[in-house]
Amino acid sequence: MTTTTDLESYEDALAAYDPVMGLEVHVELGTHTKMFCGCSTTLGADPNTQTCPVCLGLPGALPVVNATGVESAIKIGLALNCEIAEWCRFARKNYFYPDMPKNFQTSQYDEPIAFNGYLDVQLEDGETFRVEIERAHMEEDTGKSTHVGGATGRIHGASHSLLDYNRAGIPLIEIVTKPIVGAGERAPEVARAYVRELRELIRALGVSEARMEMGQMRCDVNLSLMPKGADKFGTRSETKNVNSLRSVERAARFEIQRHAAVLNGGGTIIQETRHFHEDTGSTTSGRVKEEAEDYRYFPEPDLVPVAPSREWVEELRAGLPELPLVRRNRLREEWGVSGTDMQAILNAGALDLIVATIDAGADAASARKWWMGELARSANESGKALDELAITAEQVARVTALVASGDLNDKLARQVIEGVLAGEGTPDEVVDKRGLKVVSDEGALTAAVDEAIAGNPGVADKIRGGKVAAAGALVGAVMKATRGQADAARVKELILQKLGVGEG
Amino acid sequence: MTDIIKLTAAETAAKIASGELTAVAVTEAHLARIEAVDEKVHAFLHVDREGALAQARAVDEKRERGEKLGPLAGVPLALKDIFTTEGIPTTVGSKILEGWIPPYDATLTQRLKAADVVILGKTNMDEFAMGSSTENSAYGPTGNPWDLTRIPGGSGGGSSAALASYQAPLAIGTDTGGSIRQPAAVTGTVGVKPTYGAVSRYGMVAFSSSLDQGGPCARTVLDAALLHEVIAGHDPMDSTSIDAPVPPVVEAARNGSVAGMRVGVVKQFRGEGYQAGVIQRFDESVELLRELGAEIVELDCPSFDLALSAYYLIAPSECSSNLARFDGLRYGMRTGDDGGHSAEEVTSLTREAGFGDEVKRRIMLGTYALSSGYYDAYYGSAQKVRTLIKQDFDTAFEQVDVIVSPTTPTTAFPIGERADDPMAMYLADLCTIPTNLAGNAAMSLPCGLAPEDNLPVGLQIIAPVMKDDRLYKVGAAVEAAFVEKWGHPLLEEAPSL
Repeated sequence: MTTTTDLESYEDALAAYDPVMGLEVHVELGTHTKMFCGCSTTLGADPNTQTCPVCLGLPGALPVVNATGVESAIKIGLALNCEIAEWCRFARKNYFYPDMPKNFQTSQYDEPIAFNGYLDVQLEDGETFRVEIERAHMEEDTGKSTHVGGATGRIHGASHSLLDYNRAGIPLIEIVTKPIVGAGERAPEVARAYVRELRELIRALGVSEARMEMGQMRCDVNLSLMPKGADKFGTRSETKNVNSLRSVERAARFEIQRHAAVLNGGGTIIQETRHFHEDTGSTTSGRVKEEAEDYRYFPEPDLVPVAPSREWVEELRAGLPELPLVRRNRLREEWGVSGTDMQAILNAGALDLIVATIDAGADAASARKWWMGELARSANESGKALDELAITAEQVARVTALVASGDLNDKLARQVIEGVLAGEGTPDEVVDKRGLKVVSDEGALTAAVDEAIAGNPGVADKIRGGKVAAAGALVGAVMKATRGQADAARVKELILQKLGVGEG
Repeated sequence: MTDIIKLTAAETAAKIASGELTAVAVTEAHLARIEAVDEKVHAFLHVDREGALAQARAVDEKRERGEKLGPLAGVPLALKDIFTTEGIPTTVGSKILEGWIPPYDATLTQRLKAADVVILGKTNMDEFAMGSSTENSAYGPTGNPWDLTRIPGGSGGGSSAALASYQAPLAIGTDTGGSIRQPAAVTGTVGVKPTYGAVSRYGMVAFSSSLDQGGPCARTVLDAALLHEVIAGHDPMDSTSIDAPVPPVVEAARNGSVAGMRVGVVKQFRGEGYQAGVIQRFDESVELLRELGAEIVELDCPSFDLALSAYYLIAPSECSSNLARFDGLRYGMRTGDDGGHSAEEVTSLTREAGFGDEVKRRIMLGTYALSSGYYDAYYGSAQKVRTLIKQDFDTAFEQVDVIVSPTTPTTAFPIGERADDPMAMYLADLCTIPTNLAGNAAMSLPCGLAPEDNLPVGLQIIAPVMKDDRLYKVGAAVEAAFVEKWGHPLLEEAPSL
């Protein structure tokens, strides 16, 4: 495990080779019940409390297909521009493993529910890359093994293993791309963009929360290199369970460099499973397949074929929501922001929050400003995601309304938001409790301005002499005196007026 | 006492309903019979004395309260040990499930309980229903009540022997390649394999999912029909269960007739390997049908010759996958868990020690047939044969209403005779297998004793999919004619135990 892997430099690797990628993504559907039984799918329950004879594979138990699972699979297929099978079957994938109660996985083999599609993904610079989809098929998840007593947490060297079958039977959709060729040096970026786009799409369809950190979406990165100009694919490695966007990119990059080093050294790539390590960004060899695994697939005799009617498929197609890429392009145009800014909004997970804030009455610029500024900072500091902050889109919209009406200035608005986040109540309650209102009483303001001029004769003279920029110091003094509750622009106006200087 | 155990299920139910007998008395009589003879017969693997009496008491209390009783309320039944029973051991005749107490009832078990049928216990069977003699049970063979040195058929030999020895008037079997019908034939009882999908498989431990079908076993055609009606019907827990009304089997059994019916005789169901006495009784049965007003039609079903080969690819293939779950990790026996073996080794040791030879043979056959490079030649070809057999049946049923044949080529053979010759054993299912492959319905009922050995011969009646009622209509007519001819039911000629 501690042996270091030889790596070619990324640039040299790409100068000599073209990478070919295949991405296999497993998505856990957000159905209330499992794929073949009525057990709950809620995460976080005590081990083995969400099980029944069916998902435990007890003798005699039989599966029944979850109709919502099939519907979700069709929606995903349609959103990926796939053809939907008129008739397809489940198949048994036979292999022994303790976390699989029946010692076969109910999956689909040569008759997937959806096939032959594509997904357009947008790269950082706004360029679009089309990823061809081979198939999307339905299957069930396995249970979870925890290997105890070994050094690595893997089964090898463990003294015993704990099995939790709560996850066994949760519906999975496996989405497999066709070989991705032609991405060149951008291959790792394409991989990342593809997984991100797929995640957005899954969420937009409402079929899963697709949270990679919760294992609801898992990615296998298959990668091979072929010499530039060649058209025969090289031998691939299969890096399993790469579970964040960043890791997908890093894993692809690492494998490109590793393959290139092996090939340049005259070696051959072994077809094998590899594990990705988040800490080092490297991969290590998993089990070497001495012989090709023979899963002895055959049609699942306990289930009847799935034959979605064309009417139903069309109904589902008509009901698809606006897809993420289309929506993003529309919003970008509506808001008039750059591709880079839009990317930043996406990366921050702010898109839906901004849209909701606009829907609640805020103007687009303000909604963007607060979520990407003050709130993003706050989230960053507390290590939370934006949507985990204790403030709603409606409340942010209310704050922008108070600013627009002149009741708050930006500084006060920040305090209001701080109060809401601290649990002091709604924006209006925070305004009341903290007494945060712009001082609009001209008499009080004029008095404060006079006081500031009197207290800073030197500065006043400079302003009178034409150095308008020096007014900032006097504005600061007035704001201090009014505990920030004055409208700074109005204060500046009054100061210049008093000193007989026109702005310009 | 003797009288009670010789009653039919219909008679027993009537006497309980009228108050002439209590369900407890009926159950006690059968428990006493089990006590008296089952040491010799070995039909039961587990007798649930307390449970049976509690169920019987509940029936009597219902009657006392004036509640309406179902048509089989209080009638005892022997349940094949392949259906799960909550709190009662279920072994499927295998060591690998020794000690397993299922936490749930099969749908069939639930329906029996809901109908107030009294479950006496669980009956012996070939391990995982693989066999035609019950010799493959891990718990020892069952004797045929006609001659305890002979086999009672299989895999459901425990159920057929329980009926033939008056330990129960009703029993449940399962039929993957003949496991209800062949035991019925060799014990002089009645057994029905309903249309595939008619009786729920939920809670029935799978051997070959696309072939397995539970069904009723009894001593009379009417009793089988009454039981059929209780256990059949759509079950949302079984995706392959047919969502349609149960054919009117009881009505058919009460109105037996073959007048004007077209009855087919398939030329492939005779020839080499058929015992002379079996053919003789079969030919007499065909003559009887003609006398009763049926038109006899000769049929040619060439693909039936391929049925046995196709069956021995499909059934092992499915079983190799179905039996993979028995790995010693979650239930049943576990071998090698001594700290010195990995989970993989424990699984391997458990399966090595827990499965018998026939089960291992079929797992290996099936694993081979499904493996990459062989799938098309074996499993794929077998599925094509299956389609051909269906087509042969379809063509046949355009010409006839039912088909008849011998149920099995020979009478009961001696225990041990074919134990080491799997091919000879497989031939016992020659006439029954086509029906499993096509999914339609069939019955076996007694048609006499073979002159050469005085052992029962079975007549098989085959009907199209979901025309199970035709089996009972024809079966009841044939049964009545034979009983009239013999002067008594065939079983009366069995030696007393």
